[in-house]
Amino acid sequence: MEETISFQLNGKKTDVLIDPTQTLLWVLRNQFGLTGTKYGCGMGFCGSCTILIDNEPVRSCTLPVGDVKGKKIVTIEGLEVNGRLHPVQKAFIEHDAMQCGYCTPGMIMNATGLLLKNPLPTAEEIKQGMEDNLCRCGAHKRIVEAVHTAAEEMKGGK
Amino acid sequence: MKKEKTYNQGSLPNKGRREIPRRDFFKLLGGGIIVFFLPKCANDARPLSAVPERDLTKDYNAFLQIGEDGTISCFTGKIEMGQGIVTSLVQMMADDLNVPMERIKMVMGDTDLCPWDGGTWGSMTTRHFGPSMRLAAAEARGVLLELASEKLKVPVSQLTVDDGIITDTNDPKNSVTYSQLTKGKKIEKYLDVKPSVEDYTKFTYVGKSFLRQDARLKVTGEAKFTGDIKLPGMVFARILRPPSHGAKLTSVDFSGAEKIEGTKVVRDGDLVAVLHENRDKADEALIKIKAEYLFDEMAVNDKTVFDWMLKADSAANVESSSGDLESGLKLCDKIIETEFNDPYLAHAPIETHTAMAELVGDKMTVWAATQTPYPLQDDLARELNFPLEKVRVIVPFVGGAFGGKSAYQQGIEAAKLAKLSGKPVMVAWTRDEEFFYDNFHPAGVIKVKSGIDKSGMIKLWDYSAYYCGTRGAEILYDVPNTRITDYSGKENAPAVHPFDTGPWRAPNNNTNTFAREVQIDIMAAGARIDPVEFRLKNLKNEKLIACLKAAADKFGYVPGKSPTGRGIGIALGIDVGTWVAQIAEVKVDKKTGHVQVVRVVCIQDMGLCVNPEGATLQMEGCITMGLGYALTEELIFEGGNIISRGFDSYEIPRFSWLPKIETDILQRMDEPPQGGGEPAIITVGAAVGNAIFDATGARLYRMPMTPARVLEALKKV
Repeated sequence: MEETISFQLNGKKTDVLIDPTQTLLWVLRNQFGLTGTKYGCGMGFCGSCTILIDNEPVRSCTLPVGDVKGKKIVTIEGLEVNGRLHPVQKAFIEHDAMQCGYCTPGMIMNATGLLLKNPLPTAEEIKQGMEDNLCRCGAHKRIVEAVHTAAEEMKGGK
Repeated sequence: MKKEKTYNQGSLPNKGRREIPRRDFFKLLGGGIIVFFLPKCANDARPLSAVPERDLTKDYNAFLQIGEDGTISCFTGKIEMGQGIVTSLVQMMADDLNVPMERIKMVMGDTDLCPWDGGTWGSMTTRHFGPSMRLAAAEARGVLLELASEKLKVPVSQLTVDDGIITDTNDPKNSVTYSQLTKGKKIEKYLDVKPSVEDYTKFTYVGKSFLRQDARLKVTGEAKFTGDIKLPGMVFARILRPPSHGAKLTSVDFSGAEKIEGTKVVRDGDLVAVLHENRDKADEALIKIKAEYLFDEMAVNDKTVFDWMLKADSAANVESSSGDLESGLKLCDKIIETEFNDPYLAHAPIETHTAMAELVGDKMTVWAATQTPYPLQDDLARELNFPLEKVRVIVPFVGGAFGGKSAYQQGIEAAKLAKLSGKPVMVAWTRDEEFFYDNFHPAGVIKVKSGIDKSGMIKLWDYSAYYCGTRGAEILYDVPNTRITDYSGKENAPAVHPFDTGPWRAPNNNTNTFAREVQIDIMAAGARIDPVEFRLKNLKNEKLIACLKAAADKFGYVPGKSPTGRGIGIALGIDVGTWVAQIAEVKVDKKTGHVQVVRVVCIQDMGLCVNPEGATLQMEGCITMGLGYALTEELIFEGGNIISRGFDSYEIPRFSWLPKIETDILQRMDEPPQGGGEPAIITVGAAVGNAIFDATGARLYRMPMTPARVLEALKKV
C-alpha cells in the first residue's frame, strides 16, 4: 500500500507517495535519479550503496524506504556545497584514491560518516572504519591516505 | 556441455559490415583533419577464442581528428575500466601535438563513432596502441605544419609549435592556431608506418606523473556507468536462472509472476524473464516463477578437480625445451618434485555485468559494461539477425573488469528482451548471477621436477602445466636442460572445466609464477643458500637482476638461510613485457594459521613509463588484489553448482589486510612502453608463500593459503 513518506534528501524536504517496503537504493536511483549510489551486492556486504542517514553511514540496498521517515538523508550528490567539493571528495582526487570508481561514492560516504564520529582517526581506525566497504581494484592504500588528509583539512575548519 | 564459444571467420557475415564508408566520417564528425591508424600487432593480438577477430589487413582501427574548432579527439574502441588509459593516452597525444592535455578528448568504445577494436585486455593499450597513436599525432602535426607554412608563407623548418599555436621563429607575430588552420578543411590521412622507438627525452607530458582525468566525475557520483542510464519507458529485467551449470529447463509456470501488477513475462526458448518498471517488483515477480530442470552435471567439485584434471585424457604439447633432461638429471645433487594446485577464481568486479538495450525503428543500441564492444556487436548482429550497421554498442564507464568483462552475455540478454518487449530493457546482474555466470580463472595443476648440483646451480627444469595455460611459465633462470609442457583438452573431447573459464588479471601467470618461484625457493632452501643469492646466482637476465637488486635494496634485505623465522619471501616474474621483483614480509599466527602480510616491496621495469603515478596506482592495486588469490579466494562448487555466490562466502581483500606497500619503477625513457595493469599481481602468491615458509618452515603448495592449510602445513614442519 502506498503512503506518503517525508524525509530530508540532500538538504531538501521531500515527500514521496510510495510503497514503504520499496528498497531505498532503488528509490534513490530510479525515483530521484541519484545514481551515484550504486548497487554492488544487494545484501549489505560491499558498501557501494552507502549513504548517510542522520549522519550515520547506512547500506541503502537493504533498507525499506519506510524506515527513513523524518530522517535526514545525504547521498554523494549532496556532499558538494555551492560547487565546492567536500574535503573527503577533494582528498580522493588529490590522492588518486580510485581506479574504476564504482565503489568510490560508497567509500566517500562511509569515510564522511566515519569522520563525523571520529574527526581525527589513526590509520588503524580508518582501516577499521572502512573495513566493510569493498574495493576490487585495490585502491585501499590511497583511500586510507585520502581519509587521513581529509581529516586534517576538516580539523583546520577549511 | 557448452564450454568455450569459438567462432571462426567463416561464420561471420562478411559484407560491408566492417567500417562506416570513409566519407561518412566527416558527415558524422564535421571537418578538420583525420588521421587513420592501425596499432601494431593488432593482428597478432588474440586474447581468447571467444573473441572473433575481424579482418584488419586494409583497415585502420583508430583515428584522431583535429576538428574545425581545433578540438583534438582520439576515437578508439578501447575502454576505460579503471586502468587509467584516459590519462596516459592523453599524455602521449599532448606531447606529439604540442597542446595542453585539457584540449584532448578521448571518444571510446562506441561502435558507431569509433573504428573496430578487438577489445581492452592484455595490458595492450599503452604498449601497442600508444605508439601508433603517437605516430598518428605526429602525422597530424606534420599536416598542420604544412598548412601553416602555406598560410604564414615561411618554410616548415622555420616554424615552432606551442600550445596549439604555430609560430614563425623569425617573427613571433606571424602565427596561426590549429583551429584557424582546420576551419573548413576536410583532410584524410592514412598512416602505414610502423612506430619505432624515438627520442623520448623531448617530452613534456610523457614520463611525468598526472592524476586521473576522470577523478572529479567519480568522486561526485556524476560518472555514468551502464546501470545509471535512464530511458523513457524503460523496464528492469530479472532473468530465470538454472540452479546449476548444465541444468536444462524442462517446464516453467509463470502464472504466479503475472499476478504481480505491471509485470510482463517474456520468453524466447530458454530465456525467460520478468520485466517491470520497478526493480523491486521485478525481483518479487521472479521468485514466483516455478521451473523444473533436468540435471546433467559433471561429477567433480573444488576438492576433486585437481585429480580430475590429471586423469583427464589430455593433449600434451611441449612448448619449449633445451639441452637434455636425462643428462641434466645426472648433473644433479638434489632433485625436487612438486605438485602445485590453484583453484577457480571469480573476477568479482563491484559493478556486476550490466546492459541497457533499446530498439528504435530497426536499430538496436546496447550500452554495456564490457571490455569488448565490437565482439559484442558481432554477436548481437548474429543473435538478433540484424545487419551489423543496425547494431550499436556503447561502453560507458566500466566498474572494474579484470578480464571478466571480456564476456558479455548480459548484453545479448538485454537486446533480446528489448526486441521481444519493444521497450528499453535494463539487465543488471545480481551479485549471485555475477558469481554464477563468471568466466572464472581456470583451476590448474602444475608439476615441476627440478634439480641443483652441489654448488647450487640449477641443472634441470621439467615443468608441466595442466589446464591452466602457460602464460608466465618462462623459466627466467639460466638452466641448461629444460622442458615446458602444456596439458590441455583434446580437440572435440568433452570439456574438463565444468564451467566457462577466461582471462583473470594476468591470465594464468599467477598460477605459473607461484609454481616457479616456490620451486626456486625450495631449491634455495635445499642448497642452504640465501634465496636472493640463489636467484642472482642462477640468473643471467639483466633486467631481472636489476629489479631484484633494487627490491632487496629498497627492502633493506639482510641475507639469511630460509627459514630464518623473519617471514620474508621473494618472487620474480614477467608479464606483458614487464619485469617484476617483489619481497613480502608476513606474520603468521601459529595457533590460528592466520597470515598477515605486513609489508610488500615491489620493483617493476616496464620500459618507458608514460604516467608513473598511474602505473604506481596499478602496482598498488595489483599487490592488494593479489593478496586475495594468495590468502582467501577460492570458488567452492559441486558439479555445476557454484556454492560461492556472495562476498560472505568468497572473501576479497579488505582494508585490514593492507600491508605497507612500497613501489619503484625503473624508468627506461629510451625503451618502448610495456604493460602496467597486470604485472605486479603475478608475484604476490609466491612472495607470500615463501614468506610463510621463512617465518615457520611450513611449505604451502596450494593456493589460497588459508588458515586451515597453513595449520595443516605447520603439522609437517
